[in-house]
Amino acid sequence: MTGSPTIEKISCYHCGDDCLTETYILDDKHFCCHGCKSVYQLLSESQLCNYYTYNDHPGATRARIDRRFDYLSEPSIISQLIDYTDQHVTMVTFYIPHIHCSSCLWLLEKLNKINPAVHYCRVDFLKKQLNIRFDHHRLNLQQLVELLYDIGYEPLISLQDVIKEQNAATKDHLIQKIAVAGFCFGNVMLLSFPEYFGISAYEQSFRHFFGWLNVLFSLPVVFYSGREYFISAWQNLRRKSLNIDFPLALGIAVLFVRTVFEVITHTGAGFADTLCGLVFFLLVGKFVQKKTYHHISFERDYRSFFPVAVNTIVDDKEKPIPLSDLHTGHRILIRNNEIIPADAILLKGHALVDFSFVTGEAVPINKTWGEIIYAGGRQTGEAIELEVVKPVSQSYLTQLWNNEAFNRKQDNRMQTFNQKVSKYFTIVLLVIAIASLLFWLPTNINRGIAAFTAVLIVACPCALALSTPFTMSAALSIFDRNLFYLKNTAVVEQMAAIDTIVMDKTGTITTSDNDHVQLNAQLSEIDRELVYNVCMHSNHPLSRMICRYLGGRKRLPVTDLTEAAGRGITASVNGYEVRVGSEQHVAGYSRDTSAGTKVHVSVDGNYRGYFAFAHQYRDGLKNISSLEQDYKLYLLSGDQDHERFELIRFFKTTDNLFFNQSPQDKLDFIGKLQQQGAKVMMIGDGLNDAGALKQSDLGIAVTDNVNNFSPGSDAIMDGRSFGRLPAFLQFSKDTVRIIHASFLISLTYNFIGLSYAVTGKLSPLFAAILMPVSTVTIISFTSLATHFAAKKRHLS
Amino acid sequence: MSVIYFLIGCSVVLALIFLIAFFWAQRTGQNEDLYTPSVRILLDDSEDTDPEK
Repeated sequence: MTGSPTIEKISCYHCGDDCLTETYILDDKHFCCHGCKSVYQLLSESQLCNYYTYNDHPGATRARIDRRFDYLSEPSIISQLIDYTDQHVTMVTFYIPHIHCSSCLWLLEKLNKINPAVHYCRVDFLKKQLNIRFDHHRLNLQQLVELLYDIGYEPLISLQDVIKEQNAATKDHLIQKIAVAGFCFGNVMLLSFPEYFGISAYEQSFRHFFGWLNVLFSLPVVFYSGREYFISAWQNLRRKSLNIDFPLALGIAVLFVRTVFEVITHTGAGFADTLCGLVFFLLVGKFVQKKTYHHISFERDYRSFFPVAVNTIVDDKEKPIPLSDLHTGHRILIRNNEIIPADAILLKGHALVDFSFVTGEAVPINKTWGEIIYAGGRQTGEAIELEVVKPVSQSYLTQLWNNEAFNRKQDNRMQTFNQKVSKYFTIVLLVIAIASLLFWLPTNINRGIAAFTAVLIVACPCALALSTPFTMSAALSIFDRNLFYLKNTAVVEQMAAIDTIVMDKTGTITTSDNDHVQLNAQLSEIDRELVYNVCMHSNHPLSRMICRYLGGRKRLPVTDLTEAAGRGITASVNGYEVRVGSEQHVAGYSRDTSAGTKVHVSVDGNYRGYFAFAHQYRDGLKNISSLEQDYKLYLLSGDQDHERFELIRFFKTTDNLFFNQSPQDKLDFIGKLQQQGAKVMMIGDGLNDAGALKQSDLGIAVTDNVNNFSPGSDAIMDGRSFGRLPAFLQFSKDTVRIIHASFLISLTYNFIGLSYAVTGKLSPLFAAILMPVSTVTIISFTSLATHFAAKKRHLS
Repeated sequence: MSVIYFLIGCSVVLALIFLIAFFWAQRTGQNEDLYTPSVRILLDDSEDTDPEK
């Protein structure tokens, strides 16, 4: 860029943004806006300036936000939000996206100093939640939220309460089960050692004592810790399917029965330590597989994007009502920066609606009186009045959620390797067990039964059951470090099976921020002031963007301003004649044929250059085109096709580029590909992609801030790691290969064990050594191999 | 050698106490947030300079 400013940049003491003016100064500290300054003022009055000593610029920027919390005085809404209330206190949990550093923690736990009505506040840093107990006689919920807003921590309040859903989940006592299993495992091992090292003849009473203790310790392991396996195996049997839990449950049962039998009949020591170790390791595998991202929700839909309540106008008075009570015919009032929650007709005011989240079009759209405005747009500018024409759930955007794709019950859309293999594994296992039983039965019944149980014990697929969880959790943590968050471990396998990739354009392969104005002109400081003042007088979206780009400047008197719709503005400022607009309007000719929106500038008839509003493609989009060899690539865009030729740089042909796609079109397109047998991965960002994300075999939501809203999906990707997508895909394939290899290793162990077991002579010591050794081998192999694969793909 | 009965009884009871303590910690939510306290401990208790309290 030419003519770069030489003025030293001053950043806001509160939020760290650049200060464009010098109007906001307090105690020798600069602020970017009045909002930031007032936060500082509030904190300094409450002696809480330590906030600024723990971290530099910890605050959230307070510029250009205008929200109202009147709806929080509605009892019906309050009752939905609070956790608990009685005569004296109310407890509430808020999700506050801005929580990010120790200053946040410090300040939020000092709310009591700002308002003594707050009794208690506790931050959960990873979940970004604030738990507050307060006296609702002295401070109501609305005031509390306003207080949080005033100090720069606006809670995210939405209809779909993600917090409560998350807190309600995970009540399966897995940790407790592991604790019990580990406790028993340790004790049983201790008690089994004398048996392995040999007990002398005169100490035989100890043998029985230890045996009975072992049985006692096995009881909680089988009936408390291992109960899940029996339940799961039984349920699967009733559904006539064999999953891996069946041989596991069989193994556990056989181990237990044989142990009890041997101890009662004094025929042996039993397999109590193998049993406890097996259950313990299996549960640890289960625990490792359950990785949760506390701050990310994969289940969001339009309800978390829309506001909780909307202001209706009844008898010329404003009344906030919950969104669920909004009906056709209601008159609603939408202020600056508020979202229009239902399809409605504009009745009053000038609407300039930003549909970036719905259609992906970044430039706000002008709407005039009597036009229908679709739900999901964000009003920018003055307050407008609308009449609702369709209920929230049936609007153009939200009716997508009525599609069957959203009602489909789905956890894993593809069968995992584990599920496929365990079926055959179980059958082969049963065949071998029964064969060895039949082989010994005619000669020696006892030996036959011994062989039968030994086979089931030794071939119990512990290593197989552990290979997937440990590989996947290692893979997940590697994805996690590369800012790619997967919903669960099964997603890795789904990703490896993908053969078709469909991408959304705006927000997905382009960045969604508004700062994509590019200046290709020689503009002096005076010229900038002139252009700024001309554009100040125009409501055109492009003029507004230029103003924002140039920043707050001195106001100059503007005269003789004429604005030709669709062409440009002419005005004289300080005696200079300034023209802003199309090339034809500014220079009198139209030579430029390259794509993209441009605004040209001339001062006193001298052509200065232009502002370009080209979409900014994400870094690493070039890497994506390398995927074309192995995958079919498609691009679906809600936009017009004016970028078709720019996109050819990345996509070899234009045949796979589709424009003007409605949300429903996108969903149908994916469905059509799937009918042709393709395994489709959809990458999208906005609400308009939600249907396609849900329909696809693997939906990835791209976002610039993982705490912001992103539609329901299988994985969430931070926009910065978009360019690593090819590496991610490669790595997921490596992961599946590692699982295959570890399966082979565990099979080898099974064969070694089986060759002893079929003879019916399985010693407890042998089983007790084989089981942990195979487990440790598998765990170390999978973790090492996964990290090695990650290094190979340059994923740190 | 019969002291072994007593010793094993002691060790099992001791281990059970630890197990129960863990269950109690789990039930009262002490393990729910394992990260925030590590940040909280680094913050100073405010050197109360405000006069009104």
